[in-house]
Amino acid sequence: MFLAYVPLAMLWGTMAAGKGFTPLDALAMSFFVYAGASQFIAVDMWREPLPVLLLILTAFIVNLRHFLMAASISRHITSVPKWLQPLLMYVLTDEAWAIAERRALDGPLSLGYYLGVAAPLWPIWFSFSAIGAVIGQSFGNVAALGDFGLAAMFITIIAGFWKGPRTGAVIGASAFVAALAHLYVPGRWYILLGGLAGVAVAALLHVEEEVQGPEDTMERGTP
Amino acid sequence: MSELLHWPWLIPILGMGAATYATRLSGLLLMRGVVVKGRAKAALDALPPSVLMAVITPTVLMTGRAESIAAVLTAIAAILRLPLLATMAIGIGSVWVLKALGV
Repeated sequence: MFLAYVPLAMLWGTMAAGKGFTPLDALAMSFFVYAGASQFIAVDMWREPLPVLLLILTAFIVNLRHFLMAASISRHITSVPKWLQPLLMYVLTDEAWAIAERRALDGPLSLGYYLGVAAPLWPIWFSFSAIGAVIGQSFGNVAALGDFGLAAMFITIIAGFWKGPRTGAVIGASAFVAALAHLYVPGRWYILLGGLAGVAVAALLHVEEEVQGPEDTMERGTP
Repeated sequence: MSELLHWPWLIPILGMGAATYATRLSGLLLMRGVVVKGRAKAALDALPPSVLMAVITPTVLMTGRAESIAAVLTAIAAILRLPLLATMAIGIGSVWVLKALGV
């Protein structure tokens, strides 16, 4: 399962190199941000002059789901010293979360188990990002692959989030508003506007009487 | 390209890192023991697919017919649960083939 990050990290590195990232730039972003989906989106938005605020805001919105995951994990790590818990959150990715939650069904999470699962993924992610950037630099134009490659990857991830017709309504609303915003709003605001439109539809369509376990609908995506 | 590191790029990179860590840390600090459910949870759950769809909308819906058809083929492959690299190969490959066919 540690190998799952290798192709993704290398892919991200090659795409980043296509936007002028040096291996050290790629290493820095994977080291400090460490969140796959938002890193792919950021590379897509990466064009001088950099829309710094929009990049930060988009990363925050895309990663808001980690708020839920951290909240859920916090119930299982009460045996870990309080001062250490914030550090553990730094390596909380979708994959690490999913595995830790599964383990937590059988009892409290030990520090050793959580770190054994979550910690190795981080160096794998940032080192293979840098290797991907080296490859991207030496092969020059990977932009041809990057353009639709990113779309194909995101389509696959969206399919992983599919939970029935309501998901269809969410992505339909997102696509509709994003297309309008892309036509009429300058810059890259269509990402946030479309994303928020889909979220609004999800909230509107939510039916309260649905009975579900506390965790059973949390899903997995990219790191 | 003689630079090893674009120093000014560290500003958005560190900002994105802080924003991401804030999402992870606030869940721990603000929500100890609280279970998010109902409408708020439905909205948060919808965030990733919704934002991802918005990102790809210009590419898959507003570029050309080849890209739109390839997107449908990719979605079918994804729904059939093919591995990620296979669905990406299908997507990229079908854009090339469709363009070569003059679509």
